[in-house]
Amino acid sequence: MRFALDALTIFAVAAGAFFFLAGTVGLLRFPDALSRVHALTKADNLGLGLIVVGLLFQTEGLLAGLKLVAVWLLALLAGAAVTQLIARIAQAGGPRV
Amino acid sequence: MAFDAVLVVSVLGVAAWTVAARDTFAAVVGFIAFGLLLALVWVRLAAPDVALTEAALGSGLTGGLLLAASTRLGRAGMTAASETPGSILRLAAVVVCAFVAAGLVALLLLLPEPAPTLATQAAANIAATGLLNPVTAVLMAFRAIDTLLEVVVLLVALLGMWSLAPDRLWGGLPRGSGLSDPDGLLTFVAQLLVPVGILVGIHIFWIGSVAPGGEFQGATILAAMWILTAVAGLVDAPATSRPWLRLLLVAGPAVFFAIGLAGFAIAGSFLAYPPSYAKLLILTIEIPVTLSIAAMLALLVAGPPEREPQR
Repeated sequence: MRFALDALTIFAVAAGAFFFLAGTVGLLRFPDALSRVHALTKADNLGLGLIVVGLLFQTEGLLAGLKLVAVWLLALLAGAAVTQLIARIAQAGGPRV
Repeated sequence: MAFDAVLVVSVLGVAAWTVAARDTFAAVVGFIAFGLLLALVWVRLAAPDVALTEAALGSGLTGGLLLAASTRLGRAGMTAASETPGSILRLAAVVVCAFVAAGLVALLLLLPEPAPTLATQAAANIAATGLLNPVTAVLMAFRAIDTLLEVVVLLVALLGMWSLAPDRLWGGLPRGSGLSDPDGLLTFVAQLLVPVGILVGIHIFWIGSVAPGGEFQGATILAAMWILTAVAGLVDAPATSRPWLRLLLVAGPAVFFAIGLAGFAIAGSFLAYPPSYAKLLILTIEIPVTLSIAAMLALLVAGPPEREPQR
């Protein structure tokens, strides 16, 4: 049982790390702001989500698990809102100076 | 070990990048990233209290202040380039910085082995404070005067910033966000996030007596929630002449100082608490202090008065 849980954790966290890596590569390599924001949200949503899922297998007690899920949901909300704002500004032709 | 090595390299790399950045905005972004990495360093050093403070105050709130400052500089048509210091000044800055760095390194290398510590004394006497978190015991009991002075410094900083306003604006309102879109995205986020954030802020403050947390960290989160509602245009910044606002700002330091003075009568010295109700007194101080700090931090970010007071 222990081994199975650890294996699931390693798999999910590794998958999450992959999305973070892909998102970072996208952030560095994509040509314009909208594509970069798109790459970044993948890292935030899927990468962090998978890491949280992986860590859920290691938590002791319901409360710790709920806290982890709350962290993910709050990061989702903040990430979605901020990327929307950045995308709107980018579409309007860059920040006002 | 490998993680620590990567962390150290990243912290130093981001720090160097921040110093070298030409653009003020880029430098501020670098500073915020630097603060978050530094918080990770504190976690690795088993100092979660410092990590929380660094993330909330050092990176988050100071980052917000610097962002606001860089926006103002941009608006006023002033750029860092127009005030480039001369080569003599630069050389002097390099010498002073090198001197300070060398001094710090020397101090660190010359520390006796084992390093002098008051940790054992603090741990031995923590029971008298009624607290379980040694960091809070140091901040609120053993070295309470430092905390009192920190709060006063924050208040003086706010007064200093207010006094930058011209005379006719004294007591006026800080600049508003200019946003008021009831269906807007920021309005939605503010309405959804702020209740959660206020709960988290109170939790961080309350948990401080037994676990990492405390009034500065909690107050920063409360201030951030107020800033978010203000930026979204849901609330307007209050006129700085409002009596309730000034009372809120002074309440924390005043209660702190009053209980400190009462220490002469009830426990024999300034800021001493009788052990039987030390925790009650500490809480009585912490609640108004948290609210005052939250108001001070939020008003610091809001900036000096820029609109005339409404008569």
